[in-house]
Amino acid sequence: MAAAASMIPGILFAKDQYHENLTGDIKWTKGPCRFCGVGCGILVGTQKGKAVAVKGDPACSVNKGLLCVKGYHQIMCTSSADRLTKALVKKNGTYVETSLDEALDLVASKMKETIEKHGKDSVAMYTSGQSTIPEGYVASKLMKGAIGTNNLDCNARLCMASAVTGFLTSFGADEPMGCYSDIEYANVFVLWGNNMAEMHPVLFSRMLDNRLTRKNVRIIDLATRTTRTSKAADKSILFTPQGDLAIANAICYELINNGWVNKDFVEKHTVFNKGKTNIGYGLEDNFSFKDKAEPIDFDQFKEFLEDYRPDKVEAITGVSAKDIKYLASLYGDPNLKVVSFWCMGMNQHTRGTWINNLVYNIHLLTGKISQPGNSPFSLTGQPSACGTAREVGTFTHKLPHGVVMNKKDRELAAKIWKVPYERIPAKPTYHATEMFRAVDRGDIKFIWTQVTNPMVSLPKTNRYRPAMQKDSCFVVVSDVFPTPTSDVADVILPAAWHVEKSGLYGNSERRTQHWEQMVDAPGDAAPDAWMTIEVARRLGYGDLFPYSRENHHEEIYNEYRQFHAGKKHNMAPLEVLKKESGAIWPYIEETGKSTKWRYNSKYDPACDQSKEFDFYGKPNGKAVIWQRPFEPAPEIPDQEYPFWLCTGRVIEHWHTGSMTRRIPVLHQAVPNAYVELHPDDAERMGIRNKEKVKVISRRGVTVLPASINERGMPAKGQVFVPFFDENMLINDTTLDSFCPISKEPDYKKCAVRIEKA
Amino acid sequence: MPVKSYITFPQPGKKELLIKILQENKYCEVLPSVNKDIIVLITDTINDEQEEALQRTIETIKEIEHLTLVSGFNDNNPQEHDSINYDNE
Repeated sequence: MAAAASMIPGILFAKDQYHENLTGDIKWTKGPCRFCGVGCGILVGTQKGKAVAVKGDPACSVNKGLLCVKGYHQIMCTSSADRLTKALVKKNGTYVETSLDEALDLVASKMKETIEKHGKDSVAMYTSGQSTIPEGYVASKLMKGAIGTNNLDCNARLCMASAVTGFLTSFGADEPMGCYSDIEYANVFVLWGNNMAEMHPVLFSRMLDNRLTRKNVRIIDLATRTTRTSKAADKSILFTPQGDLAIANAICYELINNGWVNKDFVEKHTVFNKGKTNIGYGLEDNFSFKDKAEPIDFDQFKEFLEDYRPDKVEAITGVSAKDIKYLASLYGDPNLKVVSFWCMGMNQHTRGTWINNLVYNIHLLTGKISQPGNSPFSLTGQPSACGTAREVGTFTHKLPHGVVMNKKDRELAAKIWKVPYERIPAKPTYHATEMFRAVDRGDIKFIWTQVTNPMVSLPKTNRYRPAMQKDSCFVVVSDVFPTPTSDVADVILPAAWHVEKSGLYGNSERRTQHWEQMVDAPGDAAPDAWMTIEVARRLGYGDLFPYSRENHHEEIYNEYRQFHAGKKHNMAPLEVLKKESGAIWPYIEETGKSTKWRYNSKYDPACDQSKEFDFYGKPNGKAVIWQRPFEPAPEIPDQEYPFWLCTGRVIEHWHTGSMTRRIPVLHQAVPNAYVELHPDDAERMGIRNKEKVKVISRRGVTVLPASINERGMPAKGQVFVPFFDENMLINDTTLDSFCPISKEPDYKKCAVRIEKA
Repeated sequence: MPVKSYITFPQPGKKELLIKILQENKYCEVLPSVNKDIIVLITDTINDEQEEALQRTIETIKEIEHLTLVSGFNDNNPQEHDSINYDNE
């Protein structure tokens, strides 16, 4: 009838032909999308207490009413038949339904008992870049402020930690200096190892729109495999895994040797440093590394780059000198505005901090930074890895403002949390990989996971899955659905999903977004923040968690805001966030404006206004150009394991698939994982499309159907597997190496062999 | 099997007769407009054979001047569904 109405003006149908649920009394409420770090604005339609529709919010400048296929269908997962609605406690190997109160009593008593017997550092929490800001905040307050342990880390360690250390080492402050508006100003987009068409599709649509409507706009895809992004790009350049380090240095060589350096900018606003080299890969338990910065000068940096002359690095990069020079010419042309975008290709990297530094080097040498259209832009994967994990600080070393190692930061936390200063420990304990190693060793005897599925998403899951099943560790899992992680739990707590609770998220462009609860959660499912508060109260910390059930997210946010008060990170007040489609921090309350471009005194009032640029994260206001060399990956293809394995996502599925595989249309679109092979490799091995093959590494084996000439095509000698499928656990084969600085694992490079199954 | 919807234009003067004919078919739901000579027709069959038979039946109805397919939804069992090949888009 809708189609008829659109074609034939004035057509009418009898009232009784309209079904009851088309009466039009749908209430639309705004919020951010549940899925990726783009942070699209959505409007959720509710009717008679149910979420019945989703559309893009035209008032949100992020997406201007557009969503991707996951966004449009997100609410459908909540009607899945196996939704967790009751707490479950494992008794004699079987899960028994329990009241939520009893389950929370058990969680608190187990936590207390473990602390009394084995000490504060025997309990841990593992949260998420998909936790809301209030959820992350109360977890941090409980662990660091109440119990007094730094055993809190999160899954954002697996996705954004290298981006964070890249920011901190180059600029002294986290998160991008630009915003999505850069897209509409840029002439050139260089995508460094990220399949943006599938992973940040709405932003990619904005780039395509820019290219359609303006002259002289180019998209360059620099990647290790051919994807939908490559096909849409103006130029696709394939490089050998790990070669990005050398490519970035080679571009810097070209900038210097062609006289394309913005000397004035470099002199006034940067310094040069080098760090340690041969820094290891984190493969051993209790691996420890501390970098040491040494100042160098421009001439020393130039001399270092001699080894990265484009023709010298063709072999290790797999990229011709001609293409490297082409890339350099785009960055070096003062008339072209350039945005570099990256995500997991650079972050999930055993030299992730380094490669982040190196791309910043390119923008700093040319002065193409902190201006509309000139932007090195680290894209975030999860919807609130910025807002929750990084800004609230749900990492072992972090506090809501600053780090545990800093006395002033501990004093501030103690003051706001109203706890004794001495209670907050000064030494970080376990990052994510080390946390699960500690579970395996028996050092951690209680772990509570929220909003994450580590039994699918950790690297080398076939070590950490048996670890979590050991009797030595009591496992509590909060989730919306049963997962392989809840399968190893002693207690399962039913969590409210997204629009079933109020909350706030922070996206890639520093935009904080708020939403009100729109529908009730089913059964006993409750917000994670509330369950944390209830456990805290049962542990005797009720005075530190005086929040109301009805309004706790507002009360928590107002308390949390205090940590970021000040010109450099002020968060918008709740009344603004309730009205608008978010606000970008630093938020200037005097003018009601967001700060779109940081460190540029024209746009950022936090700058020293006597300078054109002020990188105020650093005490001297100068950004750092880092000398970082190429170092190989820890495991390189050889005769026994001759293929590179890269893992990642597809547009239809979010992460470990616990939500999207329960949405019929998304599940039907991509019902299972697969292994992409180059057609020549497949032919040589006699493997046909969809034939079952084994992906075998030194860690384990995964059986998958082959995908040849379908969605993506890896280069010869490489294979790609999406990790959304819990029935085809590719992380059983991956390697738990990590960047020694960020501690972020490398999911993009290990060695495998392929055999017919 | 497919649930399909059509905009159906009857032959001049044949709207009421067409409504009656279509309503007699158990695989058809009929939603006539109250002010135009247009009928929205929704069909829903159980398997391929029924769908093909229904198509042949509809093709023989002389009272239909024009039939426009608006949408279709395939209700196949997901286990039997092949991954879609996007390569030739």
